[in-house]
Amino acid sequence: MGIRDLIPSWPVMQQLRGGDRLALGKAARSSRQAELKPRTAGADEVVKSICPYCAVGCGQRVYVKDGEITQIEGDPDSPISRGRLCPKGAASRNFVQSPLREYRVKYRRPHATEWEELDLDTALDMIADRVIKTRGETWEDEDEEGRHLHRTLGFAHLGGATLDNEENYLIKKFFTAMGAIQIENQARI
Amino acid sequence: MDIGSNMAENHPVGFQWVMEARMRGATVIHVDPRYTRTSAVSNMHVPIRAGTDIAFLGGMINYILENDKYFEEYVKAYTNAPVIISEEFRDAEDAGGLFSGWDPESGSYDTETWQYAGMEAQGASGQREQGGATGEQAHYAQGGDLEQGMPPERDETLEHPRCVFQILKKHYRRYTPEKVEEITGISRDLFLKVCEKVCENSGRERTTSFAYAVGWTQHTVGVQNIRAAAIVQLLLGNIGRPGGGIMALRGHASIQGSTDIPTLFNILPGYIPMPHAHAHQNLTTFVERNAAPSGYWGNMKAYTVSLLKAYWGEAATAENDYCFDHLPRLTGDHSIYPAIMGMVDGWCKGFFVMGQNPAVGAANGKLQRLALANLDWLVVRDLVETETASFWYDGPEIETGELRPEDIGTEVFFLPAASHVEKEGSFTNTQRLLQWRNKAVEPEGDCRSELWFMYHLGNKVREKLAGSEDPKDRAVLDLAWDYPVDEEAGVDEPDAHSVLREINGWDAENNALPGYTSLKDDGSTSCGCWIYCGVYADEVNQANRRKPASEQSWVAPEWAWAWPMNRRIIYNRASADPEGKPWSERKKYVWWDEEQEQWTGHDVPDIQATKRPDYVPPDDATAEDAIRGDRPFIMQADGTGWLYVPAGLTDGPLPTHYEPEESPFENALYGQRANPARQRFLRDDNPYNPSGGQPGVEVFPYVLSTYRLTEHHTAGGMSRSTEHLSELMPEMFCEVSPELAEKVGLNNGGWATIVTTRAAIEARVLVTDRLAPLKVQGEETYLVGMPYHWGSKGVVKGDSANDLIGLSLDPNVHIGEYKVATCDIRPGRRPRGPALVEFVEDYRRRAGARRVGVNEGGGS
Repeated sequence: MGIRDLIPSWPVMQQLRGGDRLALGKAARSSRQAELKPRTAGADEVVKSICPYCAVGCGQRVYVKDGEITQIEGDPDSPISRGRLCPKGAASRNFVQSPLREYRVKYRRPHATEWEELDLDTALDMIADRVIKTRGETWEDEDEEGRHLHRTLGFAHLGGATLDNEENYLIKKFFTAMGAIQIENQARI
Repeated sequence: MDIGSNMAENHPVGFQWVMEARMRGATVIHVDPRYTRTSAVSNMHVPIRAGTDIAFLGGMINYILENDKYFEEYVKAYTNAPVIISEEFRDAEDAGGLFSGWDPESGSYDTETWQYAGMEAQGASGQREQGGATGEQAHYAQGGDLEQGMPPERDETLEHPRCVFQILKKHYRRYTPEKVEEITGISRDLFLKVCEKVCENSGRERTTSFAYAVGWTQHTVGVQNIRAAAIVQLLLGNIGRPGGGIMALRGHASIQGSTDIPTLFNILPGYIPMPHAHAHQNLTTFVERNAAPSGYWGNMKAYTVSLLKAYWGEAATAENDYCFDHLPRLTGDHSIYPAIMGMVDGWCKGFFVMGQNPAVGAANGKLQRLALANLDWLVVRDLVETETASFWYDGPEIETGELRPEDIGTEVFFLPAASHVEKEGSFTNTQRLLQWRNKAVEPEGDCRSELWFMYHLGNKVREKLAGSEDPKDRAVLDLAWDYPVDEEAGVDEPDAHSVLREINGWDAENNALPGYTSLKDDGSTSCGCWIYCGVYADEVNQANRRKPASEQSWVAPEWAWAWPMNRRIIYNRASADPEGKPWSERKKYVWWDEEQEQWTGHDVPDIQATKRPDYVPPDDATAEDAIRGDRPFIMQADGTGWLYVPAGLTDGPLPTHYEPEESPFENALYGQRANPARQRFLRDDNPYNPSGGQPGVEVFPYVLSTYRLTEHHTAGGMSRSTEHLSELMPEMFCEVSPELAEKVGLNNGGWATIVTTRAAIEARVLVTDRLAPLKVQGEETYLVGMPYHWGSKGVVKGDSANDLIGLSLDPNVHIGEYKVATCDIRPGRRPRGPALVEFVEDYRRRAGARRVGVNEGGGS
């Protein structure tokens, strides 16, 4: 930086020259600060999403760099939220990158005192076997008056209000076809 | 009016619009037992005793009627005020708080006598897909077979003693400002001020809106709380108009969606009822029993056949009744609470839990965990290990020694889930808006979406059952279950767009349908959820529209997609007068354009576009054609808003003040103490505290209520798992008034133990003026308030408030009374280990019978 640039760059000079006489903004900025860039600036991609917490449905912009989420911010385009997020929505990057997140299947045998590891496909296969077995053992074809029941009360499902419509659609469709009727979610809680 | 909700703290970003309205001159009123941050920025805070909302709203209804403050033209034209009710109907005023039809033996109502006069056996009890002691609310068509959508007997002058208007007047006559004060603790003057404000702000030129949340729903009178608000809003002409309405502030991102496309036992997608078991039932009789021929439910067969086509595809044919018998049948209440009891009792053996945490989030936590401990198998899908997954080694019962891991036979599968940014799909928000999320990154490791899980579980099961001759497997094998997978992601993730397209539906040529009016009952259309039909119109994912708010009108119709048919305000025909003209220039929304001979306006009109305001249906008209042009409530058989509900509710045609299941007080209005039809579980593992007038009531003298905090989310799985939110709000606490703190010796920042007959928990004490004692029936009453977000897992841990709450339910929808109970509170931490069990047991002994209230039937 030459002297011609240096002197006007001094905060006191900027302050005197007007625009920021209280030195609360531009005048107080250091050269280091001038070079700082928000995490969002270097994103490879900005993906439009919706906040996963309450049902207001605030718009989110998800900033991605090298396949990693670098920031989640409010979407100013949304007529609902106008770019704003509450403390929970603003913490949603921290949530999806939580140190407590689990990335592997965990399995607990009956009466065991510890978790074990289990392969995902094996887990799915074992669950399919359990569902078929329980359904078979608890099947009700008709009641004592001969009325068509075609169902099982042997297993139940709970959850859905944090899930997508498409997911709930498959949950209801598949379990209904299995004859399961205790398919429930948070709505009664 | 924000009532039964703390909008500033729990829906903060939505609350910006309330603040904007206030800056433009709106009056904001917050009715809540606590003074919260919502109260702080409202014009008025009205402290109310928890669980007395119907007394308050009933008082408002009485004020409106006695002072002629109702919107006469709206009420006469758009509500059922003029309809004459059956001669056999007896109001709760005449029988100590019970309506006609009460059967003390079954503990339920026969609703026959509540019908419109001149209609034969309209309740058709036992026929409709509701009913009996464990009946549920009908979401669908009610009102019976009305010719031309008109009730048989009406009195347009509203003077007939049996017309709805006069019944209403009589029912609420005793809900005077003095009675309101005596029951709710709200001073007479403050109550009258609220009434004046709301009435002044309603009419042609102005509208008032109500917002509520689970502070209203989680009661044994949950449905009737909302009903009471509906009466106020219909009387004041505040429904179907901009700035009006009753807005449910829902707490989960897609809880609206999970009701529309239900993971609920009693309905199919689009609020079509699940069939009950009946002799000789087929699709035609099912539809006849459940749909009135007039109004849009007149098309129920088309909606149902199209759904069955979406489920069973080519296998569903006219010859096999579109696989109607593949649907399982109901025989009572199969909601989650009886299922949980079934787990404890051993007949429900398997449990899938996806994105929910009942070990912390559900009432009577101990019962929930004992249920989990008695399963054969449990599948938990979540982002983090929740208390529901870990109950077998670190639940409170392990600490007390009541359970030991070695004794628990439950096989537990924990499957990690994909987060909201690791999958694509739509959420339906609290205003019925479907908003699409795009995928930002791929999920890591074994993390998968529920879409993946269900699709592949379905494939596995179908493979294992392939070739089965067993008739019960037909429904599984016939299923239309081939979704394209995204091979790029490498994990065979099913394509969520294709599922949304199936929900939207297609015609015989496989073109995406434009809307539900295109649905047919002849099997030529397929549609997974009729109210969502149109979300994929023109083969475009309408839920993914993101035209910036700044580039479109204030209604923002091109942002996402609202069901039905992208309407942003439903029943908006009511925003115009019977002739189709706006009620006022200021509140103009949709109106009849005489020149164009069609409805027009700022929103999609909620009426057939070319139906003239003076349209009178011909004698042979059915479905929507049977509704007059000046009737806005087109889902109802008579096209009107119901002040009085002749069918569809199990606990009375009019909201009536009852005390909560647990209350220190008797009912100051009726001999009947609590909602007679409320659903209770009289078992040793679900005891109730004694209430007003019962021996032992003094053991639990304080009112308990629970709530959420801005920094946490429900049972904590999505917030106690984050460092930022845990740091902001690290510890479980309870709030008490200085008066109560003084009375029982609690210190701010110290510990307190809170006790009910179910459990005892500990919490830090926050002594605050925000919970002012209220004078009720001449006595000071104290509230203990506490959040319910904590459990044994997470970055921060603490005791769970829901362990304190018992299970008693609203009889219409089976929602639990989570928002009010009674308790004791004392200084210090709770006992540890087996001593805790003995401590609670001692309270039970002092309170009297273990199964308190066994003999308390309808006469209580």
